[in-house]
Amino acid sequence: MLRYLLTRAWQSALTLLLSTVVVFLGVRALPGDPALALAGEDRSPEALAAIRHHYGLDQPLPLQFAQYVERMAQGDFGESIRTGIPVSSMLSTALPVTAELSVLAILIAAVLGVGAGVLAAVRRGRPAEWLANGLALVGLSVPHFWLGLLAILYLSVATGLFPASGFVPFLDDPLDNLHHVVLPAVILGTGLAAIIMRQTRSAMLESLSSDYVRTAKAKGLRPRAVITQHALRNSLIVVVTIVGLQLGGLISGAVVTEQIFGLPGFGKMTIDAVFQRDYPVIQAVVLLTATAYIVINFLVDLLYSVIDPRIRVTGDPA
Amino acid sequence: MTVLTVPMAETAPAGITRRTRVLTRLRRNPLAVVSFVVLALAAVVALLSPWIAPYSVEQTDFAHTFSPPGTPGHLLGTDDLGRDVLSRIMLGARASLQVGLLAVATSLVIGVPLGLAAGYFRAWDAVISRFTDLLLAFPFLIMAVGLAAIRGASLGNAAVAIGIAQIPGVIRVVRSDTLRLKSLDFVAAAVVDGASDLWVLARHILPNATSVILVQATVAIPAAILGEAVLSFLGLGIQPPAPSLGTMLATAQQFSARAPWAAVLPGVVIMGLALAFNVFGDALRDALDPKGDRR
Amino acid sequence: MTTVEPASAATVGTSVLEIRDLTVSFRTESGTVSAVDRVSLDLAPGEIVGMVGESGCGKSVTAMSLAGLLPESARISGSVRLEGTELVGTRESVLRRVRGKEIAYIFQEPMTSLNPVLTVGRQIGEVLQVHERMSRRAARARAVELLSLVGIPSAAARVDNYPHQLSGGMRQRVMIAMAVACGPKVLVADEPTTALDVTVQAGILQVLRDLRDRLGTSILIITHDLGVIADIADRVVVMYAGRVVERAQVNDLFAHPRHRYTAGLLSASPTPGRHAGTQRLQEIPGLVPVLSSQPDACTFADRCPAADSQCLDSAPPLAAVGPGTALAASEHLAACWHPCPTPRAQPQEVNP
Repeated sequence: MLRYLLTRAWQSALTLLLSTVVVFLGVRALPGDPALALAGEDRSPEALAAIRHHYGLDQPLPLQFAQYVERMAQGDFGESIRTGIPVSSMLSTALPVTAELSVLAILIAAVLGVGAGVLAAVRRGRPAEWLANGLALVGLSVPHFWLGLLAILYLSVATGLFPASGFVPFLDDPLDNLHHVVLPAVILGTGLAAIIMRQTRSAMLESLSSDYVRTAKAKGLRPRAVITQHALRNSLIVVVTIVGLQLGGLISGAVVTEQIFGLPGFGKMTIDAVFQRDYPVIQAVVLLTATAYIVINFLVDLLYSVIDPRIRVTGDPA
Repeated sequence: MTVLTVPMAETAPAGITRRTRVLTRLRRNPLAVVSFVVLALAAVVALLSPWIAPYSVEQTDFAHTFSPPGTPGHLLGTDDLGRDVLSRIMLGARASLQVGLLAVATSLVIGVPLGLAAGYFRAWDAVISRFTDLLLAFPFLIMAVGLAAIRGASLGNAAVAIGIAQIPGVIRVVRSDTLRLKSLDFVAAAVVDGASDLWVLARHILPNATSVILVQATVAIPAAILGEAVLSFLGLGIQPPAPSLGTMLATAQQFSARAPWAAVLPGVVIMGLALAFNVFGDALRDALDPKGDRR
Repeated sequence: MTTVEPASAATVGTSVLEIRDLTVSFRTESGTVSAVDRVSLDLAPGEIVGMVGESGCGKSVTAMSLAGLLPESARISGSVRLEGTELVGTRESVLRRVRGKEIAYIFQEPMTSLNPVLTVGRQIGEVLQVHERMSRRAARARAVELLSLVGIPSAAARVDNYPHQLSGGMRQRVMIAMAVACGPKVLVADEPTTALDVTVQAGILQVLRDLRDRLGTSILIITHDLGVIADIADRVVVMYAGRVVERAQVNDLFAHPRHRYTAGLLSASPTPGRHAGTQRLQEIPGLVPVLSSQPDACTFADRCPAADSQCLDSAPPLAAVGPGTALAASEHLAACWHPCPTPRAQPQEVNP
């Protein structure tokens, strides 16, 4: 297992490094003078010179990169062109919102998805399966931002059941906080739930027709024990892998969901930054997203090795 | 030897090719037929929309803004500038399909060769896998954001961003199928016969990998369509006044009180297209399954 | 011969398992498929009966039907009595109590038949927890004992191993341990050695023999390998196309096969002396038929060198064909209108 983890660790580190390079070069790839792009309102020659010096734009590229990495390691992501606020403090207010939204969405999606998937597999050929399948297909095909719009129209504005937008920090008022976050979280989780459901169903179908399930039945185990102890246990491995891979989609989804529901998270920060050409922010956001994805996937690999004894003991996935 | 009246084990009639079998299975599946018809219809409408749309998409009519569906002359009503919603939907759908197909085509053109190489050559595998990891680290929206920042927002850039985001999926699928095919005997036979690597890949492995590629495409297209909708909605894709289902929804959001139907209709069309592709994709996957007719 | 008691298969009352006219068919998309037709069989306590035949002859279906392990599409009729209790048509909840406790199974592929994410101790313990209501700790201790019983060294360490950490032979021993954990009356072994190396096979068969000797378990062993039959079985049942075509004590079957199919099978397997490397192995031409219903004819007729119009008109009953004494006669049965002549089956006679 150690060997497996070490391999995954250095692969992740490499990817992280490459991502950093890509982002770094990306900003330099902007048309025109990078100093101008970073300048904001004050475009006097002195200001531009100061910017060039600050960002080391007059120095050779590798040196710039080293400087860039060094700064980031210290948590310095520059300042927002528009507001002058340090990007790092913008991030620290925005991240918890997005984190809460995402975690909630994943939880909802996992519970719904696994539940529906198991149901569909166990009730093969009966109406429940068709229903679950159909719902999953719809969940997969529906533009979730549209769903969000409709939800706001009919569940918020029309009936007042949920607030249409805004956010209340958890520590201030937990209940109100949840009240604001639950609808966006459900919307965000819909697509993921559909994917999890389909994967769970297909993994369960395979488990249920496997030889070891036949053995479990031949031992006289009750159906529930067969499903949960044997079939589901083996299927969860697949599900965990899927969730890890879908994180990218989740992040994309979070951006849109926050936009629609007016949640002051990471996503909204990004969109605003794009339209305002706030490059330090864009750069920080892109890099952070990539980092988050890489780190979380590494954690998923860790989790994977805990769940699957074949990896834990010998280091080779079956 | 005497002949018995006992029916013997069934053998496949001569002349049934794999393609025939797949098509027969598809034809027998009602969902497959329905979704295919829907898609064919959508394709025809989309293709001909510039000519068959009742109004030009730019034709405004400030006297008749926000007319509800059913208004004479405007089957689906008009939007905030008096433009005919039906025509805009038709052309918007056309744009969606364009982006969808373009994005998937991009991902296939780049992804298939890379997947083949990764599956076939150990050395390339390491490099390509790292490249795939790198691509995966950037969610498609973030990538679109980046591209929009560098090159500005447009239909083409949206398609490129989506296409790039789909490359990892294609590579993974093609690579795993290549690995599987590589270990089969007919490949060993070809190699022993002196076939070059390129020959083996092109003539033996690629043709056999077409079914997974096809399935991947039918799954990727609806994702691309949804992706285009998101990008246009956010303003990172097709720019107004060019018609796009996403931008229509963005406008609808602003005026949702006055014209709620404008928020529903484009979404229904997007969902319909995506659903048809997904249903057909599922049916196709089942039909291609070598394990045969189960139920 | 290795019988423990002078078991007479035909004596009702001392049998642990009585199968009478067991018939199984499956409903499929293309119609009904007949898998097993009026199979009758007795299993005495401590007896090892081998069921032999080609793939598709219905032996596995018969085995799985005993404890109701067939899929929903199966239609079962006839009678299966375990120490007098009827099992066919019984409620699922009752059958579940029988499975693993009275009738236990071991299967062909030990790697895939064990759950890869649970330890072997846990899997053996499961049976004990369900049927004997043991606590987890007690079950684990018993599992260690069982692992020793089936000949796994360092059982105390092995009990926490996962299946992939064990060799094929050891995995099969684990399956056996799992099966005998609750002291079942009948052990059904479906091709237990087929997936194993020849050298390992002997060990497994020895384990089965030991268990029969020590625990008195009756064993129904299903295989297509005549060598296994010769090694371990007391009596043999030969199946073809869903029907029993011959039944005899093992030595008698090998020495005097009466049904033409059995004779064909024996001729087709290499035996030192019989073929002496100079003659070709005799194959049985044709294929095993897939039947939608059992015809009123001998199902082997189209491949049989001795078939005539009588064979096509009516199905031969399973009747005594043994030579010599009455006892031997009642023990050797064959379903054939023209059984091979006694005292010795002439290999040349099988030549078409």
